[in-house]
Amino acid sequence: MAYLTDRKRAAGMGSAKSGTQHHWQMMVTSVALLFLVPCFIFTFGAILGAPYEEVVAYYQRPFPAIVAALTFAVGFVHYRGGVQTLIEDYVHGPARKIALIAMICLSYTAAAAGVLAVAGLAL
Amino acid sequence: MVEFTLPKNSRMVTGKTWPKPEGATNTKKVQVYRWNPDDGKNPRLDTYFVDLNTCGPMVLDALIKIKTDIDPTLTFRRSCREGICGSCAMNIDGVNTLACISGLDDAKGDIKIYPLPHMPVVKDLIPDLTHFYAQHASIMPWLETKTNAPAKEWRQSIEDREKLDGRYECIMCACCSTSCPSYWWNSDRYLGPAALLAAHRWIVDSRDEATGERLDDLEDPFKLYRCHTIMNCAKTCPKGLNPAKAIAEIKHMMVERIV
Repeated sequence: MAYLTDRKRAAGMGSAKSGTQHHWQMMVTSVALLFLVPCFIFTFGAILGAPYEEVVAYYQRPFPAIVAALTFAVGFVHYRGGVQTLIEDYVHGPARKIALIAMICLSYTAAAAGVLAVAGLAL
Repeated sequence: MVEFTLPKNSRMVTGKTWPKPEGATNTKKVQVYRWNPDDGKNPRLDTYFVDLNTCGPMVLDALIKIKTDIDPTLTFRRSCREGICGSCAMNIDGVNTLACISGLDDAKGDIKIYPLPHMPVVKDLIPDLTHFYAQHASIMPWLETKTNAPAKEWRQSIEDREKLDGRYECIMCACCSTSCPSYWWNSDRYLGPAALLAAHRWIVDSRDEATGERLDDLEDPFKLYRCHTIMNCAKTCPKGLNPAKAIAEIKHMMVERIV
């Protein structure tokens, strides 16, 4: 039992003086995805089911390659921010930090894998 | 970690069904959450039948009638009986609201009454609002000035005064905060809609000179940014206020400071 005053308990450790940058980043990536996702569906859908050589040739053009690479990169940065919020909401205690580290690493790995795959096709 | 089941000592059990009032022909079935910290038993749902012909029109009238005529051990807060004090905030048929302004005829069938959700219960329908009030105090709900006080009053234009509309009317009933899932899971660190609505009321007050400090204090992933615009607060507020909009405006001001 801790003899904390109600005010002390409510104040906790004070403000972290952060959070706005995360909020702004989520807004920016949301707006970017608003344009990127339709472009990605449009470009990827156009070549879906085509033979391998045709797909490689298609992704050697700059527009579909840049759209795909940006969609993966921005999408997983947005995912990272969203999952971080989710974990902070629902996971408490030491498990929170472990889950955050795991999910952040997974997000960047997925983004890197996506960009690398597009680069492999385009270059 | 979020808990999906209640602890064993919090699980509801079937309660007592009180007999219908003798000779009553027009009754309403009212089920009320009961828990007494002194008897060591689990919470239960007691069933009462209220004679509508001898009862006032509001849910609070029914509770007072139950306490007066049927079961004097029923415990609840009430004071003004006209929706201005916020004392009788409770969960009525799944909605956080004030018992004094909820009509018995608003509910088509039986009425179920619980205390405000996800708060420690003191007894029956009385939640412990200590932390809620402390959070309100932590946002410094008063005018902060650095300039010497003027000879008369701090002046404010009509336009600036209008910015406080929809902010100052909060009666601190806690309906909004206790309806917010973010507040359920993180009330130890998230200030909740009521405290943030009050914070915004002082942030936008043209006479207040601590705007920067107030925003500094709120800039925190938990104090402010646990709000995910779920909007339960705006939907449930018995005074028709919109805390979610106030929180969005605070976030907007935060962004204005960095971009």
